[in-house]
Amino acid sequence: MLNIVGNRKIWFTISGVLVGAAIVAVAIFGFKLSAEFKGGTLWEFSLPGSNASLGDVQQFFSSNLRITNADISVDSGNNSFMARFDSIDEPTHQADIAALTAQWPSFTELSFQSIGPSVGAALEKNVVIAIILVLVGISLYIAFAFRKASRPVSSWKYGWITLLTLIHDVSIPAGMLVLLGKFHGVEMDTNAIVALLVVMGFSVHDTIVVFDRVRENLLLRRGKEKFADIVNDSVNQTMARSINTSLTLILVLLSLYFVGPATLQYFILTLLVGVVTGIYSSIFIASPLLVSVSPKE
Amino acid sequence: MRRHPGLYLTIIILVAIAAALFVYPKNWGAKELPWRLGLDLVGGTHLVYQIDLSQVAAADQASVVAGLRDVIEKRVNLFGVSEPQVYIAQNGNSAQLDVDLAGIKNVTDAISQIGETPLLDFAEVQQNGSSTQYVPTNLTGQYITGAQLIFNQTTGAPQVQITFNTQGADIFSRMTAANVGKPLAIFLDNNLIEAPTVQQQITGGTALITGNFTVDSAKTLVERFNAGALPAPIKLVNQQTVSATLGNDSLKKVIFAAIIGTLLVVLFMLFYYRLFGVFAGCALIIYIALTLGIFKLLGITMDLAGIAGFVLTIGMAVDANILTFERIKEEQKRGLPRTSAVEEGFRRAWPSIRDSNTSTIITAVILYYFTSSFVQGFALTLLIGVIVSLFSAITTTRLFLRVYENSGSKNKESQRLATSN
Repeated sequence: MLNIVGNRKIWFTISGVLVGAAIVAVAIFGFKLSAEFKGGTLWEFSLPGSNASLGDVQQFFSSNLRITNADISVDSGNNSFMARFDSIDEPTHQADIAALTAQWPSFTELSFQSIGPSVGAALEKNVVIAIILVLVGISLYIAFAFRKASRPVSSWKYGWITLLTLIHDVSIPAGMLVLLGKFHGVEMDTNAIVALLVVMGFSVHDTIVVFDRVRENLLLRRGKEKFADIVNDSVNQTMARSINTSLTLILVLLSLYFVGPATLQYFILTLLVGVVTGIYSSIFIASPLLVSVSPKE
Repeated sequence: MRRHPGLYLTIIILVAIAAALFVYPKNWGAKELPWRLGLDLVGGTHLVYQIDLSQVAAADQASVVAGLRDVIEKRVNLFGVSEPQVYIAQNGNSAQLDVDLAGIKNVTDAISQIGETPLLDFAEVQQNGSSTQYVPTNLTGQYITGAQLIFNQTTGAPQVQITFNTQGADIFSRMTAANVGKPLAIFLDNNLIEAPTVQQQITGGTALITGNFTVDSAKTLVERFNAGALPAPIKLVNQQTVSATLGNDSLKKVIFAAIIGTLLVVLFMLFYYRLFGVFAGCALIIYIALTLGIFKLLGITMDLAGIAGFVLTIGMAVDANILTFERIKEEQKRGLPRTSAVEEGFRRAWPSIRDSNTSTIITAVILYYFTSSFVQGFALTLLIGVIVSLFSAITTTRLFLRVYENSGSKNKESQRLATSN
């Protein structure tokens, strides 16, 4: 049997460093918000058959279309370009299409999205409300579901620990998104927000499985054994199943990541990192925390 | 269900087969009902208009917005795209008009037509024997400042009162003087909506349209007049176009990923749980058929995110099986005989299954209520998926095991299968 609870200082240190790094990354770099939040244009097109390089396209955007702040990237896999710049109106959009077609006759628009700056503010507010509600909703439910496990640790503390674990599980993929945004140009869009919210819903599954075993073992062994031992036993007894339940989800996520559509790539990656973090935190963080908050025996 | 597991299992399997036929009837010659696919999968344009209500009195806002929607829906229907959707998203004191055009070719034309002021025209009516001729006048919607629903003081019949600006009042006054006793036709978007008879010259700048109105038809007309006058300008604030090629490609890839994902999950269950894994795999297939059937039955629009949400539930649907199987193994190790270990395993695994799925349900419900359309599809498929998967993992798998146990008691040789792990 693994002594997970006894070595909890190690796990807390690892998590502290990771979460700290994520928070520092968010504080320093900030989220690279997508056009959905701050307004802007997202334009994906391809130039089949032409040998236009990224430089050619960039040059054309700045000198011919007079869009100087365009951030253009190329996806060499399917020879498509993605341009991001300020929002433009429909006549400008059509004029730009005409100009691009004149330069490269094979020009094909794959997708076009232009969002005015006013739309994003309302979305941002709703996102913040949704995140807070999910955090509070799940934690309150746990506090309620574990009301029978009240000694030696009150069920409210199960709720608080769930909240801490949720913040842990969400801050690590969020930190990853910030770094991807800084170094890889990945934007924080609604997909990413949804992924973070869903990570909270999923990652708590494993935590619940372990807590459930603690709840059950407490009914049988309370008072006869140390709380720390009961928790450590519970973690070991349920480790295989909490890994397996997440593993099936990871299998599905991996197939979506590798053969699924490219538009979902970062959505899936965020979920993957979140689910793996969730396995780790349910075993090494949530349950040891129960022991930390229990009264000294 | 304890008594006749075979019967219930047969019913579930039959329902699942029916669902599968309903979902994908192609190979059986049945009539294919089309799925409702999102714009990001079939290609198309999503337009969002901000409705500027700053010049509209608070009391009239609802009718202005409804009238605007009505007119724009009529216009959009003229584009000939399948199932165009026009809906209003009220957000505090500003309103948005969302227009979804699937598979549209000429987005520019569509945008310019939607943006135009609805056409409201008055025409004189000339009867030549049996044929009716409409002679257009120069009185159009641009002179109307508003319309109101009023009730006749003596008869109580609903009537529509329209108000012109000074110029319009002038034209209207001259026109009514020339047409007393004759009908005056009113056209909206070149469709005749009413031809009320002029009863006297009208000079006050308002016109009362009597006629055979019900309250509803009068209300509709008021809405149309109010929209025709377009007291609230609309502005295109968000447009999103996805080409059919890209959409098709996404659809193919996500379906392929779903199939691979399902196979991996089934293989994992077979490898790790052997015979129990077979039952879990069968239950998973039944789950997929049932859930897709529900999606199609409810007419849920499947967009990319929605399908992704469903694929995730495939990975989660076996979670309850895993928790139960692990528990059964444990009970067997404690020395319980197989049949009671199975029942005990299901009973004891339930609290953790219930609690963990509740957390996902909480998340899905919050996502649904606080977010825009992209996320709603995802939240809805996730929610339905989790609920059906609970049924599948608990009921279906348990029935499989009971049927197996019943046949196993007659046939002792397979007794040790589950302990081999």
